Amino acid sequence: MASSSEKVKVLGFWVSPFVRRVEWALKLKGVDYEYIEEDIFNKSSLLLKLNPVRQKVPVLVHDLKVVAESYVILEYIDEIWKQNSLLPLDPYQRAMARFWAKFAEEKVFETAWNALCSGGEEKEKALKIAIESLEILEGEAKKIQNFFGGDRIGYLDIAMGWIGYWLPVWEQVGCMSILDPLKFPATSAWAKRFISHPLIKHNLPPREEMLVYFDKRSKELSSISQGWIKV
Amino acid sequence: MADEVILLDLWSSMFGMRVRVALAEKGIEYEYKEQDLRNKSPLLLEMNPIHKKIPVLIHNGKPICESLIIVQYIDEVWHHKAPLLPSDPYQRAQARFWADYVDKKVYAPGRKIWATKGDEQEEAKKEFIEILKVLEGELGEKPYFGGESFGFVDISFVTFSCWFHVYETFGNFSIEKECPKLMAWVKRCQERESVFKSLPDEKKVLEFVYFLKKIFGIE
Repeated sequence: MASSSEKVKVLGFWVSPFVRRVEWALKLKGVDYEYIEEDIFNKSSLLLKLNPVRQKVPVLVHDLKVVAESYVILEYIDEIWKQNSLLPLDPYQRAMARFWAKFAEEKVFETAWNALCSGGEEKEKALKIAIESLEILEGEAKKIQNFFGGDRIGYLDIAMGWIGYWLPVWEQVGCMSILDPLKFPATSAWAKRFISHPLIKHNLPPREEMLVYFDKRSKELSSISQGWIKV
Repeated sequence: MADEVILLDLWSSMFGMRVRVALAEKGIEYEYKEQDLRNKSPLLLEMNPIHKKIPVLIHNGKPICESLIIVQYIDEVWHHKAPLLPSDPYQRAQARFWADYVDKKVYAPGRKIWATKGDEQEEAKKEFIEILKVLEGELGEKPYFGGESFGFVDISFVTFSCWFHVYETFGNFSIEKECPKLMAWVKRCQERESVFKSLPDEKKVLEFVYFLKKIFGIE
């Protein structure tokens, strides 16, 4: 398997949940890869060469082919390595998975991040949307037994997996309560199942370092006060 | 049993137009239901309770929302004709990347060009032109973003072309001058029946924007 890991490379940043999505997908498919750490605050010529348009991580390199944007990479991985499929086969179910991933990204992730990096009225506004959106997600989480992908982890689990690990860190750093287990029992239970999955729990950034990083980063961003931060 | 396909849409929406173009490319018959977004219909609220937005495709009673998700759905269901995404996974990834780029980048600065003025408008115009130049660079010498065939990325972006007249009028610039190759691509796309039948007249769109500015009190 040594030669195949040379064929797949992931350019990432240790604390990025977008990068972890790609790594989780590769691990779930049993695909070996080489991980290359990138300092996103001091972008390397490699990153700028591989992803000149968005200049972001994650970037997947497979046999000299370069793919960027975490959701695009997830679908690419799913199409190249057919074992343990991430997306359902049925077109309607696929559309639903993509819909909920987009919803969670725009209405929970982006809003929670903005709540973390802002104060006062802006923070309250962002928190309100995040919580209202979680209420909607809770309705979906109530319908599942194990994972959104069924018995196995799937595309939507990977897309929303940050909720079980990054969100509690942001809540602590930002002194906010978003994923209240009493208000959102189904989502909390799903998040716990996801994070404790053997392939996931060994592929998470260290919590203590995350607290330090996000504390520093959120203060930097809130002092720049650039309005709504698009992710 | 014949498929029942309904599209909830707004005539001026570049997002709704994407779905119209995709349906037309595939030759799918459907019922178009114009929506009044200031007085949302019970059907819209039932079919898209979460966002309450158009477009919504209702296929045999089941709703699908978000324009690019709908276009992919159409491509996957009616896969036997006029493929919109390439068959090669890497080419598909490139198509998804660029459609995502259009989806994330074009709308907001475009809107600011007609809805704001002064510095904010100037900034938006600069940003908009930059984004168009990136897209023009990606197009290169190809007839379409998809290469020889009209496809997913073309559909995601060509629907903005009927709004170019709006951006040019309020921003006081010429997209043809800034991005001649892109305009050549626009004209090429507009020769396709699916495109000229799905996009409204640009003068009608400009009139609509004057109307919007009036009712929202935007000078």
